[in-house]
Formats: sequence, structure tokens, C-alpha cells
Amino acid sequence: MLDIAVAYHRYQFIGDEFLTWLWYIIENDSQLLSRIDKELASLEIGSRMVLANRYQKDSGETVTIKGEEANMDEGLLALKKGAMVAELNLLYRSGDHEWRFNLKGESLNFSSLKVPETGKIETQEDIEGAVIEKVFLCEKIIGLINGLFKHFIKLRVSNDWSAKIVPAIRKWIAPS
Amino acid sequence: MGLLSPTVSITQYRVEGQLPSPVNEHVAAALKKNAIDEIDNEAIEQAVGWTSFDDPYQPDFEGSRFVIDTVWVFSLRIDKKSIPTKVLKKHYNMEVSQRLAESGRDYLSKMEKKQLKDHVLTVLNTRIPATPNIYDILWNYEEGTLWFFSNLKSANEALETLFTRSFKLSLVRMFPYTAGLAAGLSGPDKDCLDQLKPTLFMG
Repeated sequence: MLDIAVAYHRYQFIGDEFLTWLWYIIENDSQLLSRIDKELASLEIGSRMVLANRYQKDSGETVTIKGEEANMDEGLLALKKGAMVAELNLLYRSGDHEWRFNLKGESLNFSSLKVPETGKIETQEDIEGAVIEKVFLCEKIIGLINGLFKHFIKLRVSNDWSAKIVPAIRKWIAPS
Repeated sequence: MGLLSPTVSITQYRVEGQLPSPVNEHVAAALKKNAIDEIDNEAIEQAVGWTSFDDPYQPDFEGSRFVIDTVWVFSLRIDKKSIPTKVLKKHYNMEVSQRLAESGRDYLSKMEKKQLKDHVLTVLNTRIPATPNIYDILWNYEEGTLWFFSNLKSANEALETLFTRSFKLSLVRMFPYTAGLAAGLSGPDKDCLDQLKPTLFMG
């Protein structure tokens, strides 16, 4: 295996491609999301998206889109210019509950993960139950993203990636 | 942001290797051996060690207190003393003036200046308390997974160093390449992963 630090930087683009693909899937293939998470009610783009153009000649441009009612046309425009999604805020719903979190492409790190409210901790004995509940709620998101990433990476190393997926994503970015 | 905070940050790891049996006792001993040392009133600038999740200021790993359900929950504590630059400068200048007055000279050698600075740092470090930073850890030994509740680079690096030293196991951070390798790809597909180049969707 490659040196970890070298691998982190060399394959950073895989994370950006994953988030770009994920946005495409959210917009175009909700059935795939439901197949990966049977309890999913919805997965939506949340209040923030960062797009970066890192892999082309005139690279370096970064676009940040913020706000609950953000207009994603600007994001599609950035994709048209060759950018990829570098960070994404996502909103997941299951049953009557919702989760919000940020996902970073290059590291696959989760940040600002807010899960449905758990019971109050009033005594030392409550801690164990609270941990079990919190772990269960975090696992919903981590399991979903890990499941989606597994699906993506299998697709990414297959012939279907360039034969089917990339043309479909191009068509979504710039419909003729 | 700890495990029970309203919002959390999580870095995922894979733990590779096996612990000697009985594993709970082995982990308890390793945690105890590498528990955080109090450095208040000491000349030490920083300490890194394990502590209890439910009582981070009094590490206690007796009686499998770190076992919750099927996972191990404990914390990494990094205590650090930060001496403000202006405070350091003030005390250093006072020492220099005193040394010059005592020696009757009007200059100090480079070596003398360094010794004085080290002395001032030692004195100040014994006088100021360390600031503790606590990062929670959830380790599922059966699944070979570990969640570290921080994305901070320095904290992740401290975790990786202390974990390997304490448990003699390999801790692999999950990012796109390592997560790809852990995704159950076949041998040829792993080779293909190594050869990947960025996709140009547009542009």
C-alpha cells in the first residue's frame, strides 16, 4: 500500500467525484438511495455546498453556496466550468426525524453532525443509555454514507463509469 | 465537541490486528499504562494520554468502566500550557537585565541567552496550569472500527501515535483511498483503484 500521506493527496479527487456523483444521485435516482437505506424518507442537499476546480489547467477557483433556499444553478454553472463538489451539507430524514451534517470530499470526515434529540442526562446511570442512543443515531448517517461510498467506488473502478455514468452526469450538468 | 454534544465531528478509522485475550483486561491495562499525567506544577509543556469518558479529570479504567454495550468508550486528553509571548518576553528581559547587572558585563553570549530563555520557560511552565482538551473515542473491536470525535489534524495525529504505542495495533484513517481499499473490491479492482485519474465531467 502507498504511504498514507501520499495516498491522501493523490486520491483526493475520488472524494470530490463521490460528492459530485452523490449530488447527481440525489437529483436523479432516489431509488438507489432507498435501496441502500431501506428506512430513508429523503436525502437532500442542505444549506451549504463548496465546489472547487482543482484538476484542470486553470484550477484554483472555489465557489461556496450558502443558505436554506440556495439556488443550486450556481453550483451547476461551476460544474460546467470543470469544478467538482468538495464539501456538502446534507439533510437526511427517516420517519419523523431529521439529521444534518457536513461531509468533506478529500477526507470523508463528518462535521456539524446533528442527530435527532436524545433523552436528557440527569444521573450518572443515564450516560450509558445516552451513549447507546447517540451511537445508534450517528450510525444511521455513517452507515448510509459508507454504503453510498461502497456503491460509488465499485462503480468508479468499473467500465460502467466512463460508459454510462459520466455521460449521464454530463447530460445532467449541461442538458442539450 | 464530545460524543454527547448536540453536534459532533467524526473521523473514521479501521483497526487492524488482534489483541491478546482477555481483551477487556488487556485494553484496561494499556489505557492505565498510558493514562494522562497531570503536569500542573511541573516544568512540562504538554501531556497526551488516555482518560475516562465519563470523568475525564480523574482517569479510572478499573472494572471495565470503559465498556458500554458492545463498544469501548474512552477519551484522548491533550493538556497544553500556552505562555503568552508578551509574558515570556517580559520575564526573559527581566532575567537578562538581572544577569547583566550581576556580571557587570554589557552583553550575553548566544548560549547564555538560550539558557536564560529555557530557564524562564521552565519557571513559567511550573507556574501556569495546563489547558485540557478532551476528544472522545468509540472503539468497536468486533467490527474493527473506531470513531474519533474530532476532525482536528493535530488531535488525529496525537491519537494515531498514542493508539499504536498503547495497543500495538494498526490504526488506519478512512479517507477516499483507504475507504476504497476497505470497500470489498476484488484484487484487479484494487489495482484499478491505484491507477485512477480525475474524471473531467466538463470544462
